Amino acid sequence: MSDRIFGAVGLFLALGYAWAALVIEESFLSDAVGPKAFPLIIAAVLGLASVAIFLKPDTAPEWPSLPRLLEVAMAVLAMILYALLLPEAGFILATAVAAAYLTWRLGSSPIGSIVTGCLTSVGIYAVFHLVLGLSLAKGPFGF
Amino acid sequence: METLSSLADGFVIALTWQNLLLALLGCFLGTIMGALPGLGPSNGVAILIPLAFTLGLGATPSLILLTSVYYGAMYGGRISSILLNIPGDEPAMMTCLDGYPMAQQGRAGEALSLSGVASFVGAFIATWGLILLAPQLVKIALLFGPAEYFALFTLAFATLGGVASTNQAKTAFAAALGIGLATVGVDTQTGVPRFTFGEVHLYDGIDFLVAIVGLFALSEVFLFLEHRHGNAEANSSKISVGRLMPSFALLKSCTPTMLRTSLLGFIAGVLPGAGASLGSFISYTFEKKLVDKEGTFGKGDPRGVAAPEAGNNAAAGGALVPMLALGVPGSGTTAVLLAVLLALNITPGPLLFTQQPDVVWGLIAALFIANFMLLAMNIPMIGLFTRVLLIPPRILMPIVAMVSFVGIYGISGSSFDLMVMVGFGVLGWVLRKLDVPLVPIILGTLLGNAMENNLRRAISISNGDWFTLIDSPLSIALWSLAAIGFILPIVFGKVLKARMRHMKKDEEGSTID
Repeated sequence: MSDRIFGAVGLFLALGYAWAALVIEESFLSDAVGPKAFPLIIAAVLGLASVAIFLKPDTAPEWPSLPRLLEVAMAVLAMILYALLLPEAGFILATAVAAAYLTWRLGSSPIGSIVTGCLTSVGIYAVFHLVLGLSLAKGPFGF
Repeated sequence: METLSSLADGFVIALTWQNLLLALLGCFLGTIMGALPGLGPSNGVAILIPLAFTLGLGATPSLILLTSVYYGAMYGGRISSILLNIPGDEPAMMTCLDGYPMAQQGRAGEALSLSGVASFVGAFIATWGLILLAPQLVKIALLFGPAEYFALFTLAFATLGGVASTNQAKTAFAAALGIGLATVGVDTQTGVPRFTFGEVHLYDGIDFLVAIVGLFALSEVFLFLEHRHGNAEANSSKISVGRLMPSFALLKSCTPTMLRTSLLGFIAGVLPGAGASLGSFISYTFEKKLVDKEGTFGKGDPRGVAAPEAGNNAAAGGALVPMLALGVPGSGTTAVLLAVLLALNITPGPLLFTQQPDVVWGLIAALFIANFMLLAMNIPMIGLFTRVLLIPPRILMPIVAMVSFVGIYGISGSSFDLMVMVGFGVLGWVLRKLDVPLVPIILGTLLGNAMENNLRRAISISNGDWFTLIDSPLSIALWSLAAIGFILPIVFGKVLKARMRHMKKDEEGSTID
């Protein structure tokens, strides 16, 4: 079943991609092939592969139960928040929180995960910023 | 003679303190990454690319660092195979068969050091093979025009799934998806924006480093979260190494095996689509047929440890040949190494050897140096590497995630790129669940633009005649190889994969008995 859905989604993706290729505005000065032809070939391959997957599906993988799926979704959310807040909060603070969250969700104890998060953050800061001189996000406190 | 003097020049370039230090660091990190289950060579190199890049290292030093990581990871994969019966990476799967039984008999130290020597022999011979074969391949490659290159790229994609691929439709899907991603951005030839949906951030196209790190490293983190697999596979009581040095007699008895399988592995590595996993598989089965008279393979025969290790390390070296000489990688990790080259603004291919010989020969010299370092490191320091297996993923995985973010942020300093990376992480996770290979996606984003440019160049030269693509005997040969390479796995892939799995199960059964 998973592969049938996957194939259908892939086919829609291929159609959307082909449509987006067809509406590319061509410049008045173009080479013999133009900017549309290659994407259209790729869209055809994508579409054919999707149809093949749809018609001949593999056995479905073991999808996680709803709570585990929620777990992954929460991690994604945490990472997006991290990406957004990194320039605001500064590297050390944002990284400590994000690392603590991840290690907590992977099964550390609450206190252990706060300690691990802080150590990870300070450790990466020390190695990459102080030793290797990489510029990391500066927060309101300058680190 | 010319080759030897070029090689000597290469050593002059590679033997500076900075480069030696980088090689040492790369070997060390690579071995650790190879040893940890879940962090293979592709992952290891992928995480470190942005770092090498942001540190402002020059082309040769960063290549030295990353190829050392590559060789190191190939060495490291065997450690968890032998001690825990869990392959550290896919090519090390065959090492479990005899390595783990040896460990159970209290000969773990011997197995580790013997496999270290075997890895050394394999990689050493393969590096010589690279020196001898790559310049020859370059001569052929100089005959290639745009039409032949287009056919060659198609060949690379068609065979990428490998002989053991189970579902070619999914490989094709992945390749098309990757190439499609590469077409996002301003068209290089006419200057019109394509597939950008008015988003200014996308005008530059999608940075392939962002895609690679997201697909490989972050999706791994999601997999661990999904299973909440936070504890270490090993516990300290389980790891006892025992006697470290292999006896001279043991080494001598394994020497013919190592030499034969190195050669076999090298050939498997050079051929498109075979790669290190198949190299070690072929090596093991070949040796088993040839020397296993008493049926001791699978019950802790030292030769069964030496064969796959020499084979997969030789294949790792062999895979560098098409990558350097043609610019078309034959395996996942060399695809990631190609990303390094492209990020450094070096275009691999025939011209690399004539225009930037210092990069090529410096790299080859570095491979030799890394190989000796790894041998020196792996035998006395094996105890240290086994300790690494005790680090639980719940601590390791957040570090992997955070280092990925640091690397990408260091390059662009934009939150948008970080979000795109998270998006690729989710995509990678879903595709992995659906058993879609990730390597063709990476290769597609890397080579998509070059492929399109060659197509358009070929057709512009012939004034819009599409038949120019199949005009020369060389391109016809490449197209037929591509067709065979794509169709063959549909027929044989399932059988081969089943045999690989079957063999592993058999051995597990026999160790329980």
